[in-house]
Amino acid sequence: MANLAAVVGIGQTKYMTKRLDVSIAGLVREAAVNALQDADLTWDDIDAVILGKAPDMFEGVIMPETYLTDALGCNGKPMLRVHTAGSVGGSTALVAASHVQSGMFKRVLTVSFEKQSESNAMWALSNPQPFSTHLNAGAGGYFAPIIREYMRRSNAPYDVGIKVAVKDRLHGARNPLAHLQKPDITMQEVEESFMLWDPIRFLEACPSSDGACAMIIANEELADKASKKPAWIRGVAMRSEPTMYAGRDEVNPQAGRDCAADVYKQAGITNPRKDLDCAEVYVPFSWYEPMWLENLGFAPEGEGWKLTMEGATSLDEGGDIPWNCSGGVLSSNAIGASGMIRFAEAARQVRGDAGDHQVEGAKLALGHAYGGGAQFYAMWVVGSEKP
Amino acid sequence: MSEEQEVVTVVKAPVYLKYNFTAGAAPARFLAQIKKGVLTGQRCPKCSAVYVPPRGSCGGCGVATEEEVVLSNKATVQSFTIVYIPIPNNPIQPPYIIANVVPDGANVSFIHLMSECVNEDVHIGARVEAVWKPKEEWAFAMDNIRYYRPIDEPNVPVDQIGKLPVTGLEG
Ligand SMILES: [Zn+2]
Repeated sequence: MANLAAVVGIGQTKYMTKRLDVSIAGLVREAAVNALQDADLTWDDIDAVILGKAPDMFEGVIMPETYLTDALGCNGKPMLRVHTAGSVGGSTALVAASHVQSGMFKRVLTVSFEKQSESNAMWALSNPQPFSTHLNAGAGGYFAPIIREYMRRSNAPYDVGIKVAVKDRLHGARNPLAHLQKPDITMQEVEESFMLWDPIRFLEACPSSDGACAMIIANEELADKASKKPAWIRGVAMRSEPTMYAGRDEVNPQAGRDCAADVYKQAGITNPRKDLDCAEVYVPFSWYEPMWLENLGFAPEGEGWKLTMEGATSLDEGGDIPWNCSGGVLSSNAIGASGMIRFAEAARQVRGDAGDHQVEGAKLALGHAYGGGAQFYAMWVVGSEKP
Repeated sequence: MSEEQEVVTVVKAPVYLKYNFTAGAAPARFLAQIKKGVLTGQRCPKCSAVYVPPRGSCGGCGVATEEEVVLSNKATVQSFTIVYIPIPNNPIQPPYIIANVVPDGANVSFIHLMSECVNEDVHIGARVEAVWKPKEEWAFAMDNIRYYRPIDEPNVPVDQIGKLPVTGLEG
């Protein structure tokens, strides 16, 4: 049985298109300093640093962790880098948690980031290989056909994705850190936005953001003494599956289902919709909300879209299981940080510290990230109470 | 030092990466065949699934693949997207269709370009065939197939996509 661990500090940057005022080092330091301040701690209180970001090709800085040691106050301290593509922010938080749960360290700082303004993600994701045709279509080109298959299978109305796009931006308008601030967005505006990768419209896709997210994770003894209410880690799980194997269900991947089942079991969750108070789930394209509602067991297969259309996932409509109250990936996408933002926002909810996007009385929340060709999954459940 | 100078905050420094691609055993055989105008896959000895392009193992079973299988020029559209987004330096003019196609005789799809089609008419289960570049342009590359185009054959039922034998619909 692992030792108890909890989130005792959270720091984020304001997500935006270009942070010209800081370097990558300045960006990660800003998030880390915010987390230290939130936890009322100093650099000396940190035993190790766990860092994550999307593939190095994005910014073209190879092994950036080596040059970020100074900025993250970890000269002479252990530092570890995590790589799991778009899910990396989530996996990084889990690796950090495991270093505390195992008893290896008492208190670790974990940070993840992306500076998309200094990178070219579309290029980095489209490098040519001779055994496949070079079609240069980026992540949307990969995920759009999977979304089309979901639409066919579920017979969902065409505007489910449009509804998610509006809902998450309305949530984002409650979160001052969110990149997109669109308090007046309408279904019509989303529907009329430019088609990028049919069926994904411009406003149904995530933005490109600069940003970093940091958390401080401490053992039970230190978390009990924390200056602010901690978020107790109640379950942690990671799963992956091959990108390509015969019979693979790309719409509802096995690894996601297995990962959810594992994390729910640890947290004593039998009915995620009922037992959880809210969830922060990696939804970079709007249709991934109904798809993940099914994959994560919030709705039976083929019926995730009904929850979305009923308003069950909307704070503004008083839904019973709000998803992505922070605005989600659809409102801010600093790729490497996006998974950790989900984990941190879940923790903010159970700490009762989520400001205008707080779910009243939230006690148990899910943080979720996925990445690569929807083959890497990372999840945690955090609670306001010790297990 | 007396002059006021604008502060330099950003410098653009393009990075060029040139690399040699080491294909590995399975893709090397695949590329040698496609250079001759033949599309091949490899069969899993355990579950019999045929992979294209072969990467040397079956991801489902975790075992190496060896047996080479010649695949059909005909294929089925498993899913697709119409790309409208303009991407700098992209030689293909949008809108264009990227389809996940499964060649007859294979059990996994790969993505390729579709052409000679009305974009709005493309659908899941549609039958298509490979259109190859002229022989003198064949290289060690999947691009030897220029694109897929629709053919006049009945749609494949969804539960049969990815399961057709190399002989196609007639079985
Ligand atoms: Zn197999």
